[in-house]
Amino acid sequence: MRLTFAVAGLAAVLTLGPAGCGDPAGTPTARAGEGGVSGTVNVFAAASLTESFTTLGKRFEAAHRGATVTFNFAGSSALATQINQGAPADVFASAAPANMSTVTAAGNAAGTPTTFVRNQLVIAVAKGNPKKIAGLSGLTGPGIKVALCAEAVPCGAAARTALDASGAALTPVTLEQDVRAALAKVKLGEVDAALVYRTDAKASSGDVDAIEFPESAKAVNEYPIVVLRKAANAAGARAFVDYVLSADGRSVLTGAGFQAP
Amino acid sequence: MTRGRVPGALLVPAIGGLIFLVLPLAGLLWRTPWATLPQRLTEPEVVEALKLSLLTASLATLLCLVLGVPLAWMLARVAFPGRRVARALITVPLVLPPVVGGIALLLALGRRGLLGGWLDSTFGVSLPFTTAGVVVAEAFVALPFLVISVEGALRGADTRYEEAAATLGASRWTTFTHVTLPLVAPGIAAGGVLCWARALGEFGATITFAGNYPGITQTMPLAVYQTMESGDLDGAVVLSLILLAVSVTILAALRDRWLAAP
Amino acid sequence: MSLLDARLVVRRGDFRLDVALTVGRGETVALLGPNGAGKTTALRALAGLTPLSGGHLTLAGRDLSTTPPEHRRVGVVFQDYLLFPHLNARDNVAFGPRRQGAGRRAAHATAERWLERVGLTDLARRKPRSLSGGQAQRVALARALAVEPVLLLLDEPLAALDARSRLETRAELHRHLSAHPGATLLVTHDPLDALVLADRLVIVEDGRVVQEGDAATITARPRTDYVAQLVGLNLFRGRGEGHAVRLAGDFVLTATDVVHGDAFVAFPPAAVALHPAQPDGSPRNTWPAVLTDIQRHGDNLRVRLDGPIVVAADITPAAAAQLDLAPGRALWAAVKASETRAYPAS
Repeated sequence: MRLTFAVAGLAAVLTLGPAGCGDPAGTPTARAGEGGVSGTVNVFAAASLTESFTTLGKRFEAAHRGATVTFNFAGSSALATQINQGAPADVFASAAPANMSTVTAAGNAAGTPTTFVRNQLVIAVAKGNPKKIAGLSGLTGPGIKVALCAEAVPCGAAARTALDASGAALTPVTLEQDVRAALAKVKLGEVDAALVYRTDAKASSGDVDAIEFPESAKAVNEYPIVVLRKAANAAGARAFVDYVLSADGRSVLTGAGFQAP
Repeated sequence: MTRGRVPGALLVPAIGGLIFLVLPLAGLLWRTPWATLPQRLTEPEVVEALKLSLLTASLATLLCLVLGVPLAWMLARVAFPGRRVARALITVPLVLPPVVGGIALLLALGRRGLLGGWLDSTFGVSLPFTTAGVVVAEAFVALPFLVISVEGALRGADTRYEEAAATLGASRWTTFTHVTLPLVAPGIAAGGVLCWARALGEFGATITFAGNYPGITQTMPLAVYQTMESGDLDGAVVLSLILLAVSVTILAALRDRWLAAP
Repeated sequence: MSLLDARLVVRRGDFRLDVALTVGRGETVALLGPNGAGKTTALRALAGLTPLSGGHLTLAGRDLSTTPPEHRRVGVVFQDYLLFPHLNARDNVAFGPRRQGAGRRAAHATAERWLERVGLTDLARRKPRSLSGGQAQRVALARALAVEPVLLLLDEPLAALDARSRLETRAELHRHLSAHPGATLLVTHDPLDALVLADRLVIVEDGRVVQEGDAATITARPRTDYVAQLVGLNLFRGRGEGHAVRLAGDFVLTATDVVHGDAFVAFPPAAVALHPAQPDGSPRNTWPAVLTDIQRHGDNLRVRLDGPIVVAADITPAAAAQLDLAPGRALWAAVKASETRAYPAS
């Protein structure tokens, strides 16, 4: 059963990848009610935010009757490309500043991005850690297969920084397109370990164990969020960003394993 | 060869269909940064990915021929129980999203898979993350194209030639190799070309089953995707164009040689 | 003793073929019958392409009833020849010898010898699609003979040819069949092919042998309407009462032959004379008739007459004009007893 879910999750994430766009462009007209928010808010968010933002979206909708939040979860770089190609997004939550700057540099952000959480890498291994992996150096042993994210996506860039800091000469067997795909390879048993975010490992704690390693402190990811310039529902977008930054929002995010900025 | 005027009811949608197919291609060409094209073509990563793509697509086609032609023959010529079901099953990879196909392959041939677990524990063979894995993923997705094409050719072929061969003393196997195969050669060639083209463009099943590592499993479509992911849209367009140019050139050459278009 | 001795029983749906066949060494037998009579089924059963439902099949003393076609030593010339389109004429002919184990060079030599015998040496490198119908037929014959078959089967070998090349090819085919040392069975619906090519005729109708014998016997004494039509005779069955044969409806035909019991009586269309009124005098067989159909037949006209018996009659155009013939015209028909032939039916 668990495997089936993993499969479905991976499929969903990957198929969304290159082509998937959120909702059809600006369905309901953006309209700020008296102190209230209505209409649809299209949020493009990094794949690692899938669980926590889904929860946040539900709470936001409960707090603002008449508002709907739709999500497009994918690798941050794919999202940045989609936004710059004119995808109908109101909010962009990136897993790394680099992808955010792609969007700001293109003039597609309204205002300055705010860092709302930070995330750190862990080594995800199969439940019970059968290969007894203790740290980064344990990944370079013979016969150990490791999946990393491609360097274009934030988890890959972070992994590269951490590996460089440790001096471990690691050759991965694959460079996955996002963190969820890397994690799925661990869940399926195809690799022995993957460098993923702590939050992702936590979300899959039923299937994988997370091994903390000291070098991850050198590669902490900051997650910036911003309202987009072409937002069809600017008021709704701002309200959502405010909600993410609120104490309520923060508690959901830290509950998922994120660190406060 | 047609006499008289082409009816507008056919002409208009025909032209529409052509434009529909060609327009996205025009989009690619329009966006191409021509200046950097030659330079890209010589980048080692690009050359590596292109070589890997051509190699794996050709090997996948070979695998499809070895497995697919006998399968098509069985479907066309042997009335075995469950033939209709088998025929329907063959189209599964056509319907299945390639990513799901990749996951299905992992569940079957992965390290913990149905058959893969046994392969790994008995022979130490593991397909994911290897070039062989790319070939397997591509063949899985491309096989239906070959089987359907060859089965069609076999069903269209006159079986009485095979009877004639039998009366001349040919065994069933000799008849197959010396009469049936040459008779359906155009169908096999057409199926092989389709199969090769499909394998060359394969993305979803490959990245899911075989992973993505330069020089080992990163074929051109994966390189295109990764380049786009890194925000380098121009680069992705150039890589796509290279893939397109190479495949169109090869297909055109093969078509002239094998398919002697009527 | 016959080289081929077979009783072929094949059931397929409602159709049942059950024919006994024997063919001697060097003999050519024609299996003649209308379309759908089961001729081709019989040929396929002999070749092993259609399994027998019953009966037996021995060739040169070997039981072949369940032997697959490739082990039968039977050569077949198919109706549309079925030359392998991807092989040239020589390779088509060499195909059989190669399968029998001959080396490439030996098989080519054999093929070239056979092509020479059918006069096609120059066309050895031609692909079948660039051969004429007559040439393709000769290649097909060479291909079938090159395996040195004990039994040679030909399925309508001339049907696919136009009238002119049929004439030439028929004569040439006759030469080759006469030279073939084994048994030859020819399937055809064309009586002329059968008469020219075969030593003996076996007539099949509706899956059964209705008559067999040499050409002279069959043309003189047909035993079914089909055979009578083939050889151009009016045929009736009745009870022989000495010089008379009583047909259904108590109509009596007088003959010079003497028959008793179940009997046939036959006469050619040309023996029927037509009169505007009841003739007096000599002819014993006269009856009133109504003309139903009139058609050109060679230099003459063939008319169909309804009456106590249905007959075909041949008359000259001059006579037709004189009689003012048109469908619906009432006439008297007459046949001299000396022009009829009566013979026992069993």
